[in-house]
Amino acid sequence: MAVAEKIAPGASSTVYHVKKGEQGTVLDIDDFNLWYGTSQALFDVSMTIERGLVTALIGPSGCGKSTLLRSLNRMNDLIDGLSIKGSVLLEGADIYDKRADVIALRKRMGMVFQKPNPFPMSIFENVVYPLRVDGVRDRRRLEETAEQALRGAAFWDEAKDRLQENALGLSGGQQQRLCIARAIAGDPEVLLMDEPCSALDPIATAKIEELIDELRGHYSIAIVTHNMQQAARVSQNTAFMYLGRLIEYGETRAMFTVPKVRQTHDYVTGRFG
Amino acid sequence: MTAELTNPTAADAASRTARSKRRTATDFAAEGEPFVWALGGALAIGILMIVGFLFLVMWNGVVTFFPKTIAVVTAGNGDVFAGEPVRSEQYRPTAEALAALQPTARAKIATADGFAGRTLYRVGNYDLYGEDFRWVADHDVRRVEYPAGLMLVERLEWGPFIGTIKAVTTGGGAARPAAEIGTAAIDAAHATARERWERIHRIERGDIGAVNHWLDKERLRLRKVELADGIDSAGYRTAERRFAEREAVLKQDYDRLAAEAAALRAEDAKDTITFADIGGKEKTIALSAVVRMYAANDLGLAAKLGVYFSRWWEFLADVPREANTEGGVFPAIFGTFVMTLLLVIAVTPFGVITALYLREYAKQGRLVSIVRISVNNLAGVPSIVYGVFGLGFFAYIVGGTIDQLFYAERLPSPTFGSGGLLWSSLTLALLTVPVVIVATEEALAAVPRSMREGSFACGASKWQTIRYVVLPRAMPGIMTGVILAMARGAGEVAPLMLVGVVKLAPELPIDGFFPYIHLERSFMHLGFHIYDVGFQSRNSEAGKPMVFVTTMLLIALIAVMNASAIIVRNRLKRRFMGSQF
Ligand SMILES: Nc1ncnc2c1ncn2[C@@H]1O[C@H](COP(=O)(O)OP(=O)(O)O)[C@@H](O)[C@H]1O
Ligand SMILES: [Mg+2]
Repeated sequence: MAVAEKIAPGASSTVYHVKKGEQGTVLDIDDFNLWYGTSQALFDVSMTIERGLVTALIGPSGCGKSTLLRSLNRMNDLIDGLSIKGSVLLEGADIYDKRADVIALRKRMGMVFQKPNPFPMSIFENVVYPLRVDGVRDRRRLEETAEQALRGAAFWDEAKDRLQENALGLSGGQQQRLCIARAIAGDPEVLLMDEPCSALDPIATAKIEELIDELRGHYSIAIVTHNMQQAARVSQNTAFMYLGRLIEYGETRAMFTVPKVRQTHDYVTGRFG
Repeated sequence: MTAELTNPTAADAASRTARSKRRTATDFAAEGEPFVWALGGALAIGILMIVGFLFLVMWNGVVTFFPKTIAVVTAGNGDVFAGEPVRSEQYRPTAEALAALQPTARAKIATADGFAGRTLYRVGNYDLYGEDFRWVADHDVRRVEYPAGLMLVERLEWGPFIGTIKAVTTGGGAARPAAEIGTAAIDAAHATARERWERIHRIERGDIGAVNHWLDKERLRLRKVELADGIDSAGYRTAERRFAEREAVLKQDYDRLAAEAAALRAEDAKDTITFADIGGKEKTIALSAVVRMYAANDLGLAAKLGVYFSRWWEFLADVPREANTEGGVFPAIFGTFVMTLLLVIAVTPFGVITALYLREYAKQGRLVSIVRISVNNLAGVPSIVYGVFGLGFFAYIVGGTIDQLFYAERLPSPTFGSGGLLWSSLTLALLTVPVVIVATEEALAAVPRSMREGSFACGASKWQTIRYVVLPRAMPGIMTGVILAMARGAGEVAPLMLVGVVKLAPELPIDGFFPYIHLERSFMHLGFHIYDVGFQSRNSEAGKPMVFVTTMLLIALIAVMNASAIIVRNRLKRRFMGSQF
């Protein structure tokens, strides 16, 4: 724990060398602090998510990656005793504004969780769930969306003949791709992924990484990962967090080859974490 | 022993022995062996008691309807009587009884430590001798025979008759001796008489009942107009005219039907049968009053099975007779089934909504905890208290108000203002709702958080998440609660005695008259039937077998309803819980 001392408490000392997206910024996190009850989980985080790029969040476990990701679509609202300070701007509008519509916000963001969480219904109903929630009943539109989303999640070929089967009968990797299909079925602007591959075998992982690569450009993706190689393979920007602070945020290649902060260097080379 | 161990495998074996020796040396209690035995023993005792109970009920229930042989007993004092042996037991004769005995019999009793054997006979012929059953001590029996030709006659009144057929009269002619007519002809005449009797029954109960029903409707309609417009209004006068017209038409119908029934009755009275008991005493009854008769000692197995199944059919499909100790229990089966169904329909939404609010919407705090504890405590309130509440609140307050608002024309006789099917179901729903609430809350709590989050992340509202994800996933658990509530409710009797169950309800709660389902009617219930037959009837010895059969039926009914619910639940489980990975 020697490294911990090097962080000056309270001060935001993040080092930035971000690759700017050609399409600008989609999310702007500004001086964001978050408390679970009385224990602070995020300290003065400021960063942007660039449109059309993949942004990886890395850091040792418990450093607040999931917390930060879940703050972006206000998933944390479900937790009792949560309080925040700071702002998160989605295209200039603060999502934590009192007048902000949480449900509308979540509809603009798809989320994929660490553990696949299909609903207890058919594959088809799982995929079109975001549309059902919107009250869409047009069969044609539902079917088209389902096919598009399942193709997008590289799951169409396996699923097309068993759309009416229960999703809970799928394997873990299939379930996760189904969840990705569900996340993109609502045509969101941002895709949030919290260690989407951690419960999967290498083949399924490779498939999903390929998928992320294909989805890039069309969606802005923020992905939490424990796997350094994965971050290096799929992302353009990488944020390194430690103990609730954003230590360094910059272009992925540089982060892994010539990081500007000692701690980042130690972490990506596997000296701690 | 160790001296001989030279090769390595033997040495290995030795060290294994040493290890196993070490293991047995551990504390006996620490291995948990005594607890395993205790648990196993407790389970075995529990299962034994349940199996024993079921076996007792089944055994007594299954044999009840099987025809028994009839014994003719000659007693010590020369008395001769016939009866079905019911059971034997040991008893201790009183001193006076002993003193009156022959010395040999007394000596025999003395060697048996003062005990003597005796047998209970079902002698029937209640109308002749005023007793259905008779105990006979073994030492008082001179001879027991099983003569052919003795008949057991089940009658509409007075219970069974045991004796022989003396003569038969058909079509009002002269009585002809049974031997001359022959059994086949007697059976045919009996069948004709029964058919005619059923036709009379249909006319009197069904057709005339319908006429009365319509007449009642008209009368109520008139009274309604009277209550609304007053007796001097023009409306009332038109209604009165209309009533008079309808009444005339219905009266005609009634007269026609009554004449038809009377003609049939006259016909019926011409067919009689005369029986003679073992002592030669004769009894003549209408042929149609004989439900079933058979020569008990002459039956082959096939004929016995025929009687057996015909009795079962009567039991399942007919209405009760003779203060419920004979005939069938169909109205009770039907009442129990319909009431349980209504109970489930009432308790499920009520319990699920309460649990949903408590678990999903209410702010978890002291108040919710108190509510939850209170709900759990409700399960401990004696069920009769629910009955009192149901009578006071549902029947008198709610029902009374409904009567005043919607059935004013029927007052002062209550419609919903007294016990009935609806109030019984609601009372039992109240009684069983804690079970559903607790089970539902647990099922809701067991829905993985990740599933809810997945739904919220798709932009679903809280209600949509509950509706589409949480409830389906919790459904098997909710079903478990409903199944438990159903089993509890179907077997409950005490509160029902206050809110709608009656000893005899000839009208089923569902029939062909609008609105077809009559929730206000009182009804019969198997549980209450057991109590009534076993403990409330004049003839408890005759009721005893019926108690077993009815208990068996009630258990079977609950088992069938439970099994179907469990099948549904398992189907849901496969659908909503699947196996992850
Ligand atoms: N629901 C919660 N309630 C209280 N503390 C939490 C909760 N979720 C996470 N934390 C705490 O916040 C910190 C960051 O957690 P998390 O964001 O899950 O880390 P990561 O995803 O980087 O492993 C940890 O110390 C964790 O214990
Ligand atoms: Mg995490």
